[in-house]
Amino acid sequence: MEKLKNLLQVYWEKEILQLAIIFLAPLLLYLFSSSGVAFILFLTSFLVLYLSKRLNTKVKLVIAIVDLMVIMPLVGFANTYYLDVITQIGIYVVLAIGLNIVVGFTGLLNLGYVGFYAVGAYTYAIFATAQANNFITSSILQFPVSGNWFWMFLVIGMIAAGFVGFLLGLPVLRLRGDYLAIVTLGFAEIIRIVLNNLDKPINFTNGPKGLSPIKPPAFFGIPLNKTIHYYFIVLILLVITVIVVNRLNNSRIGRAWTAIREDELAARTMGIPIVPMKLLAFSIGAAFAGMMGVLFAAKQSFIDPSSFGFMESIGILAMVIMGGMGNIAGAIIGAFAVVVLQLHILKELSNFLRGLTVAGIVSISPQLDPAKYERLVFGLILVLMCIFRPQGFLPAKRTMAYIKKQVNKLKKIEKEEDVSVE
Amino acid sequence: MEQMTGMIPQLLIDGLTLGFVYAIVALGYTMVYGILEFINFAHSEIFMVGAFAGTEVLLFMQSAGYLGSLPAPVALLIAIIIAMIFSGTVGVVVERVAYKPVRTAPKLVAFISAIGVSFFLQDAVRLVEGLWKNAFYLSTPTLFTASIHITGGLRIPVKVLYIMVIAIVIMFSLNLFINRHKLGKAMRAVAQDRNTASLMAIDVNAIISLTFLIGAALGGAAGTLFAVQYSLIHPYVGFIIGMKAFTAAVFGGIGSIPGAMLGGILLGLLEVFGAGFLGILTNGVFGAEYKDVFAFAILIIILIFKPSGLLGKTVGEKV
Amino acid sequence: MGMKIKRIGMFTLVVLLILSVVGCSSNTETAEVAGSVGGGSSVIKVASVTPLSGSQAAVGESIKNGSELALAERVDEFKALGFDLQFAPQDDQADPKVGVAVAQRLIMDDDLLAVVGHWNSGVAIPSSEVYANGSLAMVSPANTANDVTDRELPNVNRICARDDAQGPAGADYAFDELGIKSIFILQDKTTYGQGVADEFMNQYKSIGGEVLGYEGVTAGESDFSAVLEMVRASGAEAVYFGGIYPEGSLITKQLKEKGIDVKFVGPDGMDSGEVINIAGDAAIGMTYTSLAADISGTPEGRVFIDNYTKMFNKAPEAYSSYGYDAMNVTLNAIKAAIEGNGGEKPSREDVVAAARATSGFKGLATNVTFNKRGDNTEANIYILTFDEAKYPATVTKEIPATGYLKD
Repeated sequence: MEKLKNLLQVYWEKEILQLAIIFLAPLLLYLFSSSGVAFILFLTSFLVLYLSKRLNTKVKLVIAIVDLMVIMPLVGFANTYYLDVITQIGIYVVLAIGLNIVVGFTGLLNLGYVGFYAVGAYTYAIFATAQANNFITSSILQFPVSGNWFWMFLVIGMIAAGFVGFLLGLPVLRLRGDYLAIVTLGFAEIIRIVLNNLDKPINFTNGPKGLSPIKPPAFFGIPLNKTIHYYFIVLILLVITVIVVNRLNNSRIGRAWTAIREDELAARTMGIPIVPMKLLAFSIGAAFAGMMGVLFAAKQSFIDPSSFGFMESIGILAMVIMGGMGNIAGAIIGAFAVVVLQLHILKELSNFLRGLTVAGIVSISPQLDPAKYERLVFGLILVLMCIFRPQGFLPAKRTMAYIKKQVNKLKKIEKEEDVSVE
Repeated sequence: MEQMTGMIPQLLIDGLTLGFVYAIVALGYTMVYGILEFINFAHSEIFMVGAFAGTEVLLFMQSAGYLGSLPAPVALLIAIIIAMIFSGTVGVVVERVAYKPVRTAPKLVAFISAIGVSFFLQDAVRLVEGLWKNAFYLSTPTLFTASIHITGGLRIPVKVLYIMVIAIVIMFSLNLFINRHKLGKAMRAVAQDRNTASLMAIDVNAIISLTFLIGAALGGAAGTLFAVQYSLIHPYVGFIIGMKAFTAAVFGGIGSIPGAMLGGILLGLLEVFGAGFLGILTNGVFGAEYKDVFAFAILIIILIFKPSGLLGKTVGEKV
Repeated sequence: MGMKIKRIGMFTLVVLLILSVVGCSSNTETAEVAGSVGGGSSVIKVASVTPLSGSQAAVGESIKNGSELALAERVDEFKALGFDLQFAPQDDQADPKVGVAVAQRLIMDDDLLAVVGHWNSGVAIPSSEVYANGSLAMVSPANTANDVTDRELPNVNRICARDDAQGPAGADYAFDELGIKSIFILQDKTTYGQGVADEFMNQYKSIGGEVLGYEGVTAGESDFSAVLEMVRASGAEAVYFGGIYPEGSLITKQLKEKGIDVKFVGPDGMDSGEVINIAGDAAIGMTYTSLAADISGTPEGRVFIDNYTKMFNKAPEAYSSYGYDAMNVTLNAIKAAIEGNGGEKPSREDVVAAARATSGFKGLATNVTFNKRGDNTEANIYILTFDEAKYPATVTKEIPATGYLKD
């Protein structure tokens, strides 16, 4: 046992194992496209790839692109289920990154993030179904609008949700910590209840009956309604989000956010405009949620207010915190972990145990049917995670990176001075 | 208009009843928050556990035939005490297992841990009840059926009176305990400054456990009262009550015990009057279904003008 | 550095652990697939998809149990045909997103030929779009929303009556036979509750009844005192509640406690023994529409109750027999498709066609003949009243739903 451990450690240090995972996992998934192990291994390979020290950034990028652009679509032809799972992961990744701006970067606890998601979803759904005819009579525009408008609505949804975030932020951002949390929670509940009730006096949202069928996106009239299409749309949006948020985080604005998170008072004395910066974080976070809401509505083709409950906000928050606050890669991993856990591992476990029961290997009473206790297991994992890795999978590196950089700079200056003295 | 004035006395009674239930649950949130500055998200599940414990006790007494022979208030008291002991124990165990290890981590981590506990408890109760009773919806035995007629249609059910009396007794004894008793003083000291308190020979860990014990026991009492009043419980019953009670605690000023009481009662009244009058006032445009919107909107407005709740202290920024 | 390696080591260990668990499960899956290929593809799976966790789990479980029993009773029959019939219960958590994910998963399983589900119409609608993509037949035991079949998907069928049959039937009965001339309508703001309440209201108004109020309550809450005061103030003769039994029973009970003397009329969501447990004597006089006959009166029904109780150690609930019938309709369709395919395993398209062609099925709770939309033309609507505080209630009238079907 000890030997094995040492052997593993040696391999690990040399990154042989990692390299093997990085290169073999996609191949395995391609060969065994219906195997759950291969799929999980494939997902893990991204983490390993990200952590790998042997490969330089360019090589990493190429591998990631090949994995996502070639392997995954190929797998998707054989097995749309995994493609759908990874698409859902993608949606949550963007949501987690968006919430991370508010919670992780700026340190504002937002318990109502899903409210903005709902705003985006309904913005598209109302106009992409016949619903809008109830209150707009126009000879120019006929509802539902064609799927070509989807792209336009991605932007409209962003603006709408961002604007709602701005409006909410305006009065409430003076509140601190937990008071802000309860206000955002209440606000999301208000949005949900209003959506659930705005079927009278004028029918805007169709109330609890929900809106369907929502037009799928179209590209010059060609409808894009297959899983593979959504996969690529999500992938593109995800890449845009990561680039934009990464640029933001490393800009003057991002540093201002960090300063506010670390010490608001100090930040204010340094001349950082607190309220505008908080408002910006709030609105930008909301805008990403709005954008994904539009996509969610198009992908589901049916939405109703029950999809935007409080638990959804909590789920996204759990992703951010499990992944490691204030770090884009952390948010991505958190979303991966939570979605895969909920949709995949727990269900596999349930099916596996049921399989054992059917085969007569063990006998499980119907009250112990694992399918019923997915929340129990999820809750347990959350608690264990918090106890054993409270900083999340990948915590923010800003402070360390910053200090190292400064120290190096000082060293450099010292050296130069040394030289000049000589 | 006449229709409205006619409804007012009865709505007042209904609003107070609901408000007292919110208030006792809100006490649990506010006590833990006062000491640890941490939203104990799992408190709603402690409440639920208490409701189940109290109901099981009453069901046991019913099946053993005690319920008929004992006076109903005594039976209720026994159920409440056992439920308090049970949920108090659960509360302390939860604190030791899930919160203590993360006390030094960022506050949000503890919050997520609490959510985890909450999920766990919901399905755990379901599992236990499922194995034991083969069903997880429980109906609480009826204890009180009489009601006191005042005038016309106005009537107060006797059980409402009991609930109000018990709630008031609990709140006043808690307030007395916190303000007068040595341990209560120790709790306030820990709330103010944990490090200094520990220098004053206060066992901080024990005090925190005590806070959880009392908060959870109150949740258990509230759960039993709730079960007796509404007679239907299930493992997911805590969610809505918990959210409302938490809102009430913030409303009154989280960390403040009189604030939690005031917030709970006001929220109960707001909800009931909102539901009753919104439809009439807006001519049917906004009906009773907007009552939560109404309650939350008032909460938000109050917080904007009074950022630390109605009775909360404005804490100066630490420099 | 050492710490870091240790941590990474821990992480790998966890990953490996998870992998090994999942690995086992998918190994068994692949083994099954391999076996089925070797044995001439002999496995036939039928899924049930209902909420098994969360607050609606109780009814979801009763449907699952009903269909599990139906399937278990016919395993031998399919063995004789050369097929290994398997049951695949799934949990949709009453969440449309989870429903869609489960559906995506189900259409990937080649041995899976049909689905019995769902419970919530809000979940059934988006999930059935996925089934349609995978040509998977769906037989719904309990989705009453009009939109479920109004989208005219070829694979979607239901054995129960629609909202626009049940609501109006209740309205006719309340107005004509109970003599209720004014009513206050409450609903729980869900797809189901509002759907059936709206249909009730439209019919009730059109036959001359007076609607004195229309309010929504929040599902999951326990205190309805404010809206009940509105009922009192309105002076209505009765309350119609569009929703399900936990809230409905509490409303009944609170009406009694408040001394508001009105009749209570409800839809099939009130059809549960829990009503008596919760409301007690207050339930006496309650009238509700139901889509399932009282099965305890027939010999087949008693056998079903016996077998169900033996298998699951609890008594069946109203929807258990729907689950049972829906599964039998599904299995009949699969059998017909097998016969149509010369005894070979049929394609999913064959099963879709065979399910839609269901005609003259004699079931436990309902007879089934599907029309071109997949609605059951033989569904009946029963009017039941609690004469005493005992479940099941007494059937006072039986109304064929065909009269309310639009085509």
